[in-house]
This record gives sequence, C-alpha cells and structure tokens, in this order.
Amino acid sequence: MIGKLDMELLEQVADLHEIPAGAYNIRKNSEAAGRASTEHITISSKEDKPGIDIFIKPGTKNESVHLPVIITEAGITETVYNDFYIGEDADVLIVAGCGIHNGGDEKSEHDGIHRFFVGKNARVKYVEKHYGSGDGNGQRVMNPTTILNLEENSVCELEMVQIKGVDSTIRDSRATLAKGAKIIVTERLMTHGHQMARSDMEIQLDGEGSSAQIVSRSVARDDSEQVFNPRAVGNAACAAHIQCDSIIMDTARIRSIPEIAANHAEAQIIHEAAIGRINNDQLVKLMSFGMDETEAEEVIIQGFLR
Amino acid sequence: MLEIKNLSFRVEGEAGSELGIIDNVSLTIPDNQFVVVTGPNGGGKSTLARLVMGIEQPTEGQILYNGQDITHMSVTERARIGVGYAFQQPPRFKGLTVRKMLSLAYGSTLPEDVCCNYLTEVGLCSKDYLNREIDMSLSGGEVKRIEIATLMARNPGLAIFDEPEAGIDLWSFAMLVDTFKKMHEKAKNTVMIISHQERIMMLADRIVIIDRGRIRTDGTKEEVLPSLLGEFACECDFRGAVK
Repeated sequence: MIGKLDMELLEQVADLHEIPAGAYNIRKNSEAAGRASTEHITISSKEDKPGIDIFIKPGTKNESVHLPVIITEAGITETVYNDFYIGEDADVLIVAGCGIHNGGDEKSEHDGIHRFFVGKNARVKYVEKHYGSGDGNGQRVMNPTTILNLEENSVCELEMVQIKGVDSTIRDSRATLAKGAKIIVTERLMTHGHQMARSDMEIQLDGEGSSAQIVSRSVARDDSEQVFNPRAVGNAACAAHIQCDSIIMDTARIRSIPEIAANHAEAQIIHEAAIGRINNDQLVKLMSFGMDETEAEEVIIQGFLR
Repeated sequence: MLEIKNLSFRVEGEAGSELGIIDNVSLTIPDNQFVVVTGPNGGGKSTLARLVMGIEQPTEGQILYNGQDITHMSVTERARIGVGYAFQQPPRFKGLTVRKMLSLAYGSTLPEDVCCNYLTEVGLCSKDYLNREIDMSLSGGEVKRIEIATLMARNPGLAIFDEPEAGIDLWSFAMLVDTFKKMHEKAKNTVMIISHQERIMMLADRIVIIDRGRIRTDGTKEEVLPSLLGEFACECDFRGAVK
C-alpha cells in the first residue's frame, strides 16, 4: 500500500509522481511493495540474501528501471544487495534512491550494495538520490556501496545526490574500466546540523583509451562534517579528471584527501580541489539585485548544487 | 537625484596613520544625467561608487537618493529603492547560468528573447551564452559583458558602472559605446560611469575628475574634455619627451 508520505518520499528520491511505466521495484520497510518486469528487463529476487537481480537484455534501448527504497518506520536496519547485468549495446536509465522518514527515536538504516556489470558498448545513466525527513530523534543512515565493471567501450554516467536530511552516510564507490570505457560521475552533497558524510571513490583505469570524469560539489553547513577521498589509478594510456569543490559555512568541517596514481607513462590524471566560504563579492552582487543575505546564500548554494 | 554631501572614507594606514581614500566629497547628480567619473588610478573613483552602492560605509558625510538618506542603508535596501551597480571585476558563480543571472537581476524569469536582446546589446551571441555557467570557463571580457547586461536587465533608477570597458576588446567596446549611447538617449536612468575612455566621456553630460580622494574638476564635457586630453598628451608622451 503506497500512501501520501510514501509518495512524497518517492518524489524526492526518484522524481516519481505515480507508479512508473517500465520496469520497477519498490521496496518499503524491508518488504516488496511493487515490482514489474518488461520484455527486455527482468527483475528477480535473490534467493540467498536480501536484494534483487536486474537483467537488461543486450540491445535494449531507451528503457528505464526505477528502484526506489522507502523507509517510514523507525528501527529498521537493512543491507540490500542489488546486481545489475546490462547487456551489450543496451542504452538505459536506472533511477535508484532511498528516502527515510524517521519520526521515532530509533535509528533507521539502509545500506545498498549495488554491483553493475556493464556490457560492451552499453550506455547506462544511473541516478541515485538520498533523502531524509521526519522530526524524531532516530538517526537516518544510508551507506551505499557502488561497484562498477565497465567492459570495452561502455559508458556509465552516475549522478549521486544527497541534499537533505541524511544524518550519516559512508559512500563507497569503485569502478574498473576496460579499453575505451568511460565513466562520468557527478556527486552533489549537502550536509547540515550535526550530519556526517564520507565519500570514498576509486577508479581503476585498466584499459587503453579509458577515461573518467568526476565532479563533486558539496556544501557543508551548521556543524556538519564531510570527508572526500577520491582516487584515480591509471594503468594504461588513459585520462582522468577529478574535481572537488566545496562551500564551507558556519562551524562545518571538510577534508579532501585526493590521490592520483599513474602506473603507465601515457596516463594523464588530473585532480583539482577547492574548499572555501561563499565569496563576499558574490553575496554583494546578488544583494545588489535586492536580495537579503540569506536569499543570496540560497541562490548561490542552489546554483552550486544544481 | 543623488546627493553626496561632505563624504569621507578614511582607513587606518601604517603605524596608525590615517589615509583619506575619499576626502570631503560633495556631488549632486540630477535625474537623467549621464556622468562620467574619471581620474588617475588610486584616486578614489571606485571607492566613491562602492560608497554610493553601500558596499563600503563612509566615515563621515551623507548620501541622499531622491531626498531619502541612504547613508546607513544596506546594499539590499539601496537596491530595492533603485540603486544598481556593475562590478569592475565581477564575481563568478559556479552553476548559475547567464539566463538565470539575467532573470535574478530583472526580478522574475525573463523570456528567452528578452535575455537574448540584453546579450546582443553587449556584443555576445546570445544562443551561445544563455545556458552557460558564469564560471571560470568564461573569459574576463565575457564575464564583464554579462555583468553590464545584468545591470541593463535590472534597469535601476541610478545605474553605476565601474570601468565597464576594462577587459573588453576593441570590437565589443565599440558596440558597448553604442549601447551606452542608446541608454542615455532613452534618458530614463541616471547613469554614473567610472571610465578612462574618451569615447565614453564623449557621451557624458558631465565629467567629474577625482584625484587623491577629492573632486579636482567638475563640468560639462565641453568644459572638461579638452583640458583633460591635453593633460594626457603631456603626461603620457610615449616618445620619451618629458614636458
């Protein structure tokens, strides 16, 4: 049964306003709340542990899979294993995401372990949004692990967003790229209150002509804490660019610990990182449009995390 | 009407000495006047502009706009009653598009064709720029032209431009001069431009020279420009003849 609160969470994490067309799997409070497979996309439950297998047939084009998880009860702790098998030449959109509404005093935690096997020449766009709400004292915790194996000339675009309400997150992302494979990661993160977020990322560029582009933008407000540890390893003639930009506010703390490594003379790996407060000239510029300081800050942050 | 009365801005210098950046300046600019403020670098022109916008607070004196004392008003409050300002070195904004910035300046979402018109006025091909972010991917000259376009979109009663020509190439500059000319012909705004460019001075109703924090000369274009050009010829003789 999907109620009003569930729909609010679904809208936040998966932009869903109704039950989606195409393949989907909705998980609510550790139970299946709806599933549909299609001719080209099959979703089946794992038999040995919680989670699902998603099989996308070779050549599947312009189809989408929605896999939202919602938790509306306090005191749930779950680890879910989802494996994606994306056939050669497929071109699909996968929208995952987790919304926790915790109105109780006990912790609610969802740890999603996602593995992607992306076939030759396939293209995948993976969108993952995390959102928390509820005014209980119980913590909202999400620890996603994302493991990607990109076969020859496959392309994977990851958009990972956590803007509001998650008290604690440890994000672990790992990718291995074969010849000609390409990965584009956009990570957007905002922490507030006493929240803590850590993002570890490792990209192994094994194949000739593989490339990675990682853009991480974050805002740390109030007394929150963020730690970034992106790592790119070039094992062939490849190219990687990592860019981490953070806005720091109030009494927040941010650490960025990048590592770039080259094990091949033709690996080109670049890292840029910057942490800074909102520039005073930016505020003045927007205030000269008649905004007050708080409104100007919001415009700057919204643009930055767009 | 803008009235600046006995305005001073002093800062503490080395060893506790006091430096007068603006020293007892009084200036009245009536409605619809187009005033160019010029003078040597470091003379206090930009500081005067920043004092009028409220970015800096004066140590003495008073500023009135349309009869209202705005001396202690914030930037926001001044903006809301019609004072606008274009930075000499505009800030960049990661993630904010040119279109969004123009809409923020205007106060509500602007249709695409209106945005395009503002960009065309400053010599930018609008379709290439509307959805670009105002970040480091734009050159200094591009950011500067977008800055000018935002003030045009804002269309304030008093528009202050701090060296609009800085960083702009010669071709775009010619177009910009035309734009300022049109703005003046419409004569709906009071315009204060800080500039060193003769072609912008040629548009002025009035030229004010600020030097060492004080008004050295204040008069019509016809009165001020000939002597000013003579002065430049004397001081900047690159052939080496010191006169």
